[in-house]
Amino acid sequence: MNDALVIVDAGGANLGSVRAAFARLGIDAPVTTDAARIAAAERVVLPGVGAAATVMSRLRELGLVDTIRSLQQPLLGICVGMQVLYKRCEEGEVEALGVIPGSVRALAGAPGLRVPHMGWNRVRRCGTSPLLDDDGHAYFVHSYAADADERAVADCEHGTRFAAVVRERNFHGVQFHPERSGEWGAHVLARFARLS
Amino acid sequence: MLTRRIIPCLDVRDGVVVKGVRFGAHVVVGAIEDLARRYRDEGADELVLYDITASPERRRVDVAWVERVAASLDIPFCVAGGISSVDDARAVLSAGADKVSINSPALARPALVDELAREFGSQCVVVGVDSAWRDGEWRTHRLTGDPSRSGESGRSLLAWLAEVQDRGAGEIVLNCMGSDGVRNGYDIAQLRAARDACRVPLVASGGAGAVEHFAAAFEQADVDGALAASVFHSGAIAIPTLKRALASRGIAIRPYQPANPFTRHSREGRNPSCPATPS
Repeated sequence: MNDALVIVDAGGANLGSVRAAFARLGIDAPVTTDAARIAAAERVVLPGVGAAATVMSRLRELGLVDTIRSLQQPLLGICVGMQVLYKRCEEGEVEALGVIPGSVRALAGAPGLRVPHMGWNRVRRCGTSPLLDDDGHAYFVHSYAADADERAVADCEHGTRFAAVVRERNFHGVQFHPERSGEWGAHVLARFARLS
Repeated sequence: MLTRRIIPCLDVRDGVVVKGVRFGAHVVVGAIEDLARRYRDEGADELVLYDITASPERRRVDVAWVERVAASLDIPFCVAGGISSVDDARAVLSAGADKVSINSPALARPALVDELAREFGSQCVVVGVDSAWRDGEWRTHRLTGDPSRSGESGRSLLAWLAEVQDRGAGEIVLNCMGSDGVRNGYDIAQLRAARDACRVPLVASGGAGAVEHFAAAFEQADVDGALAASVFHSGAIAIPTLKRALASRGIAIRPYQPANPFTRHSREGRNPSCPATPS
């Protein structure tokens, strides 16, 4: 039988936290690098922590780039896992998965505006997403972000507006960490786990 | 807008939470997971779990309790104490911690900061600093968990802050020793000096005793987070009350929201307001 939901092991230290977050929802979410298992799963989660270049080189080593690009089922990219869904990541000048047009760029620091953007910030809906039924506060840790363009379904502000939640066809991405965003974040994961 | 963080610190000794006064005697406060969950429910934005016995005794953090906390907690937490190598940090991060904080081991071998930032990214590398004023400058101290071995490190605060940021620290937690444990307020002058020297997030530690102390740290020293232990453990300040008071002063705070029974149901897949198959 196919898995209801799998987590792609693209490296990074938050795999366990994401898995535990689904476990708190009563959902068993196996962690895998098996292309056939990922392709057959009903839903796929792509977490990522660290650098886009590291995540992309790991996906290439594992031979998962085309697997992920051709998925038709719902996919959720988390943090760097969202950033690599775009065509280009400025961090390390990386050619990424490209299932979402556009680029991920460095957040600009300024006096009083710290980078990394680390902490709880407000996520505001600006489009329609099956993952969100309310605005709320989420936990962010990142130095790069995508523009809040027409594919952004929720935005956030840190000096500039950026995409907090993005959707392109079956590909969903959240720049924050839903696994560490309290009740509100758990709700986002619960709604993803019901997508089909 | 990025909100200011309220961060309870749980000092862990031999697997239980303890509290201390001026780094002296310690009293047991309770079990780690009980306190972690309580603070999460009360609206804490993040937790620091600080193994105060680890560094002086040169042993690693016991990752079993890190795993238990990671499994039950849905807010970020940082583990401090006893991390002196990339392997130590990997064990703690793999157990589910979001960040590691290093203090004495960084003073002993500053290249550790570079190694951790390179391996795991700056976002999970916190440098903790214990500092006190003497002879015209703030001076960093090492091994402050062990009164018999603690002392000045030989590095001034401001030079050390510049160095660790250059080496890749993603956040600074500054514990002002002169004000720690006595609840007379954060050391605003020292925090302001540190703020001017920090382009990364800065967390104030040491001295919180009243709501006004938190407000002063945010308003006067522009810190990103405020850490406290005893005022929370004793119940002298309740986090929901603190957050309401700070918000009413116009400080950006993540609002405290009591657990919503409907949201809890949705986590078990029974929330009638959420369609089973959203389009």
